[in-house]
Parts: sequence; structure tokens; C-alpha cells
Amino acid sequence: MKKSLVPLACSAIALSLGGCGLTEANAPASTGEDGPITVTSTAENCDVSATEVGSGNLAFRVSNEGDEVTEFYLYGSDGLRIVGEIENIGPGLTRDLVVRAPAGEYVTACKPGMQGEGIRSAFTVTESGEDLSVQGVDEADITAAETQYGAYVRDQGQELVDATEAFLAAYTAGDDDKARSLYPTARQHWERIETVAESFGDLDPKMDLREADLEPGQEWTGWHRIEKDLWPPASGYEPLSAQAREPVAADLMSNTELLNERLQDQTYTVSDIGNGAKGLLDEVAAGKITGEEDIWSHTDLYDFQANVDGARVAYEGVKPLLDAKDEALSEEIGTRFDTLQELLDQYRTDDGGFVFYDTVGASERKELSDAVNALGEPLSKMTGAIIL
Amino acid sequence: MTPKRDDDRTGRAQGGVSRRGLFGAVGVTAIAGASGVAGWGVAHAQEDKPSTTALRYPFHGEHQAGIVTPAQDRLHFAAFDVTTDSRDALVELLRAWTDAAAAMTAGELVGAGSPLPYDAPPDDTGEALGLDTAGLTITIGFGPSLFEKDGVDRFGLRDRQPRELRRLPHFPADNLDEARSDGDLCVQACANDPQVAVHAIRNLARIGFGTVAMRWAQLGFGRTSSTSTAQATPRNLFGFKDGTSNLKAEEPEDLADFVWVQEADDPAASWLTGGSYLVARRISMRIETWDRTSLREQETLIGRDRVDGAPLSGGTEFSEPDFALAGRDGPIIPMDSHVRLAHPTHNNGTKMLRRGYNFTDGADALGRLDAGLFFIAFVREPQSRYVPLQTTLSRDDALMEYLEHTGSGLWAIPPGATEGTYLGQSLFA
Repeated sequence: MKKSLVPLACSAIALSLGGCGLTEANAPASTGEDGPITVTSTAENCDVSATEVGSGNLAFRVSNEGDEVTEFYLYGSDGLRIVGEIENIGPGLTRDLVVRAPAGEYVTACKPGMQGEGIRSAFTVTESGEDLSVQGVDEADITAAETQYGAYVRDQGQELVDATEAFLAAYTAGDDDKARSLYPTARQHWERIETVAESFGDLDPKMDLREADLEPGQEWTGWHRIEKDLWPPASGYEPLSAQAREPVAADLMSNTELLNERLQDQTYTVSDIGNGAKGLLDEVAAGKITGEEDIWSHTDLYDFQANVDGARVAYEGVKPLLDAKDEALSEEIGTRFDTLQELLDQYRTDDGGFVFYDTVGASERKELSDAVNALGEPLSKMTGAIIL
Repeated sequence: MTPKRDDDRTGRAQGGVSRRGLFGAVGVTAIAGASGVAGWGVAHAQEDKPSTTALRYPFHGEHQAGIVTPAQDRLHFAAFDVTTDSRDALVELLRAWTDAAAAMTAGELVGAGSPLPYDAPPDDTGEALGLDTAGLTITIGFGPSLFEKDGVDRFGLRDRQPRELRRLPHFPADNLDEARSDGDLCVQACANDPQVAVHAIRNLARIGFGTVAMRWAQLGFGRTSSTSTAQATPRNLFGFKDGTSNLKAEEPEDLADFVWVQEADDPAASWLTGGSYLVARRISMRIETWDRTSLREQETLIGRDRVDGAPLSGGTEFSEPDFALAGRDGPIIPMDSHVRLAHPTHNNGTKMLRRGYNFTDGADALGRLDAGLFFIAFVREPQSRYVPLQTTLSRDDALMEYLEHTGSGLWAIPPGATEGTYLGQSLFA
């Protein structure tokens, strides 16, 4: 599965400005009795259906009736601080912006053509009496989450290099027992940061392609090529000679080092982190739960655990932000992580590893799958809750 | 996520965004881009008109919808197991399901179409946007294992388990697949558009993650019963009319006698008053061998004429069969024919409200059609009336040569919800 970590429009620019309402708290959007505030953006006009509304979660339904791509912004009274924004609204399209807005003076702006100051109007939010119970989010928490996650990814990248080196040394030396024991643990460093690693579209197919993913004529390299060589099928497979192992190993090593280099200057926004966590759970649900990931070695549970590890680190990192925005959601995610972990721990072996996945029966796999779904659903709501 | 009771939700659902309305608005914008402002206004006006073809059944009422409701053409049936130990979480789920079911049957979006951040997944999964309600009904039931499982009183409900709600016994020739049988909860979604029925189950399953997990599901593509005299009798995959003598919505006395649980039925289960029991049986048909059977044999097995559905004793479809009428070799309606063995006169007067669907789940490994009848019946007394009847059929019905029961389940169907209450509230009260 390849997913690019495209930074979400809002978070990319706005976080450092405290924009996208990140410093405000979150609740399900209410739209008032009259539904969303409609905004019609054309080349000359930015018609907002109301100029004064009560405080709370505001929903703007922005329709682009112009010929150019437009954007809509809600600024603070200074006309600079971005409270919320929605970008990339193509001509003829409609998109919702939901923001949490306490009473105060604001400025709305459409930016047809995505340029300039935009077409601005004053906008007033009056005290509605609705309990906003706004909890502030510290800028420091945002920075800390982003910094911590970056450090985690870099750390895993370096550990991946080291563990891969040891694994490949055993493989090329013909110490297959040792190589087999190192394969699942080395891969865990990859799997913990899989959504980031996969975002490098040139490296991922060279490093993590499964045999079933190959196009006709495509050369097969990377982890799973070696996996098959270490756990060969009973018939119809010719093992690689000692000589033939060398280039396969060298290729994986150099790609791993290149990956690690690239990870050094990567930065991550809060929404990257949130979406990454969801993406890791998606990886579990798609490939690991079915046993398709490690079809030769059956070490899928190591990958499973590593995906969960990575998702949990991401969640823990943004937890202070989520706690402030939607504590119930945060608590629910935490509980569901615990439940899934308890279930996974039942498959641990004495050496801290996991049983082979082909020993896990259909009803047990369903139980794991249910726990993944139970976590995946609230986790999918995390980014939206934080960004609001 | 664990469904949350949002008191606003009900209120918002009332004025929620209709699927057609939303679709209209989205479509309109595209038109407006091309044709200018005039197009916007015109199309907007059209969008506000209710669809004249939409068939809607009220969700709230004394009984749940989807029982005497005229049988729709399509079915998506799902059985769920509860994965939590928390009674509160189970109640929250039933509230959330009730809200979502009410919204969907009214043609509204799950989550009332409230705007969400662009970075959040939509509340409603979207595949029913722009579609009619198509007569959608959603019917929810409670299986025996909800009350007690492996000797454990899971949710403090053991004392309220109805006497009649016991796992169905093994009937002769049963070949049940555990993965197609039973379940703590069941949801029957029926509609005249298969996508609307699938949308309903999908969204309820999604809401349920973490509280329930789907155990099995069955799609049905064609109704095999009429539940109203206004409906023509459909055919099952044997090619015969099915459900000719079914109980119908227009027979209130029979419904009270044979479908609706009455207050005095079971002191422990007065919560079920106004409810019913749903019997489900996945009955595979040996299609290929049936098709090689002579018409004489087919009609003899069924006891009816194939084209018109008249009993072999004569008359028309709705003529009462004359079981005593002699033919050349004994009764003209044979002793082991289906119509005779299933008839109320041979079953202590038992009648059922059948609401089954034809299904095919593709082909089996041998290339045979994996097809049959997903039998659904609503009954007042499953143990004392349905079980003896099915025992007779499974043992004596000559048609069994062409049938195999591969799935089974029994659920108590609580009474309908009124505004502001949730389905099953009387059980948890």
C-alpha cells in the first residue's frame, strides 16, 4: 500500500500561526437552526449569508461560483490571525469549513485566484450563552508533538539501518537461522514508520514489494525477496546462490541508507502525525490481518505490532492537543489501544517475539480484526478533531 | 467509536439534510458554474420539491417496521456479536442505531449531514446520496446469547430472557454453518433498492465498531412472500409462487394471534409486548437436480400448480387446498407434499408471517449455484409453534431432497420505538 503523506492544506501553513482554530476547543459542529452560513465566492464578490452569528462551532458552506480556484478565510479582528481556512475550492465546487469561534470581531475573506488580500468583510460573533468550555492548546504542545514525532522517525530510521545491516550480514554469510531470527525484528523499525517510509515512492517498491505486487517483467528486490529465499516454498523455487545473495542484500542496504538520509530533514505537521496513525492502522487492516504481508515467513504479527507501536506513538504525541479538543475521543482511542495490545500480547512467545501467523485460527484473526476496527474508527476521527 | 448520545442529534435529524436535497445542491453548483446565476435559482427550486416517487415508511410506531410492511424487493440482513462487557455501551449503541435508523428511513444522512472539518471522515458513507428511501425499513432484534452466553449473565438481562427465546434445536438433516448462524443482535434492512439496504447495514456496522462486530450477513435479491393483499405473490428459485397463504397486514386478528407477542404471554418478558420473534433459516436449494426434475414431480412435491399456484385439488391460487380430494393414487395433494405438511390445518392451526428472500451467493467450489431461500418468519411463539412445524417439514417433507438448511437464528424483536425512545428501551428499563 502506498500512500503519500501530502500535508493537509490547513495544517501546513496554519499551525505555526495558531491557525485552523488549533488554539480553540472542539465539539461536533452545530450549524444553528438555519444550517450552515453560506458563502458565495465569485471574481468580484464574497457574499456571506450572515454578518453576525452566535458563538460556538460555526459552519461555513463555501461555494465557488467564479472561474478561478478560490479560498475562504476567517481571520481574527486584526485581519491577520487565521482562525480557519479552506483552500483549493475549484470552480463550481462547494466545501465546508467548520471552526470553533468564541464571541468577538472577525474578518471573512474570499481569495479568488488564491492571491492578494482577498475580498474582505467584517464578521461578528456574539455571545450565544452556549457553553464553549474552550480549553486552550499550548503552542508548545504543537511544537512538542511535531518535534517528538520527527525524532521518533529519525530514531527508527537509524535503528532500521543498524538492524538491517546485522540481518543482511547473517544472510550473506549463509547463517540462515540467524537471518530468519533477525528478519521480523529488523522489519519492525520499518513498520513503525511505514506510512512515512512509503511516502518515498521510488524507494518503497524497491524495498517492500511483495511477490503478488509485481508487474510482469518487474525485478523483485527488497525484504520480501529475501524472505522467500529464507523460507522457500517446498517446490518450484530455486534458492539464491551465495553469490546471488550479495547484490540483493547490497541493494536493500543501500536503499535503507538512502531512506535514513532522507528521513533526517523531514518534518511533520500535527495532521501528518494524525493521518499517519490512521494510515498505520489501515496497513494492519489491509495486509497484516490477512497474513498477506509475510506470506513466506508468517511473521505478520511482528509487523502488526510495529504498526500499532507507530500509531500509538503518534497518538501519544498529539494527545495533549486531542485532550483539549475532544477528551472523550482521546480516552476512547487510548482504551481501544489497550484492548488491542492485550489481545496481541496473547500471541507473544517466551522470547518476546510472536507466534507464526499461520498458527492463528480464523476466529482468532476475526477477534484481532474486530479490535483493529474498534480502534480504527475513532482513530480516523482524530485528525479532524485536532484540526478543528 | 462508542456511539455517543447527542441530544442535539435527534433535533437536528428532524431538520436534517435529505439525501436528495444534498445531492441536488451539489449537482446544482456544477450547473451554475456553466450556466450562471439563473441556473442556480431554478435548480434550487426544483431541489426543494419532495421526490414524488419516494416510498417512505415511518420508523416510529407501536411495532417495528419491516414486519407487516409490504415486503420490499431487496434484503441485507446482518447478525452481530456484542464485543463489550459494558451494558452502558450496549445501550448507547442502541440509541445511536435508533437515531441512525430513523434518519436513514426518512432519507436523511447519518449524522444529520452536519458539516464536519474537511480533515474528518464523513459521518454518512455516501453511497445512498441522491437515492430515494426506496421503502427502507430497519428491524432490530436480540438473540438468546445476549441474555446468557456460556452460563454468563453478560448484561444483567438473564432474568428477562423470554421463555420462547432459546436457540433453535437441531432439525433433521440440518447442516448448519456456525459462521452463518446465530448472533447477539440482528438487523434486517429491506428496501426496493439494494444499495439503500446495503447502505443501512454498512452505516450501522460502522457506528457499532468497538461495541459490536458483524458475525455474518446475507443479501437477498427478491422477495419470496407477500405481506399485503395488495402485493402479487412472488416466486422462489424453484419457480413456484411462494407465500400464497402467508399472513397479511390486512388480517389484524391473525397478526395478534400469530405474530405479535401479547402482554400475558410471558411474565418475565413483558418488555417484549408488541414485539415478535424473527426466525431466520438459510435454506440452500439443490438447483441443478431440481431443474432436471419433471414437472409432474415438481408439482407433486410442492402440491401446487407451477404456473398459477393453484392447489392440485383445483381452483385458483387462493383456493383453499382440499386435502381429502382423491386422485388416482391416493390424495391428489400427496401426503408428503410441502403444501400439505406446512398448512395450518396440519399444524395445530399455526400460521406465520413469512418474509423471506431469494439469494445467490455466487457458485460453490463445484460450480453449482450457491442459491436458495433466506427464510424469515415473524412469529409469536417460536418454540411451541415454529419448532414443531419445522420438525415436521425437515422430517417428512419430500421437498427436503432438494433442500439443505445451512444457517439458522432466532431473535426477539422488541416493539417499535416512539419519538425520544430507543429500540429495546423496555428491555433495559
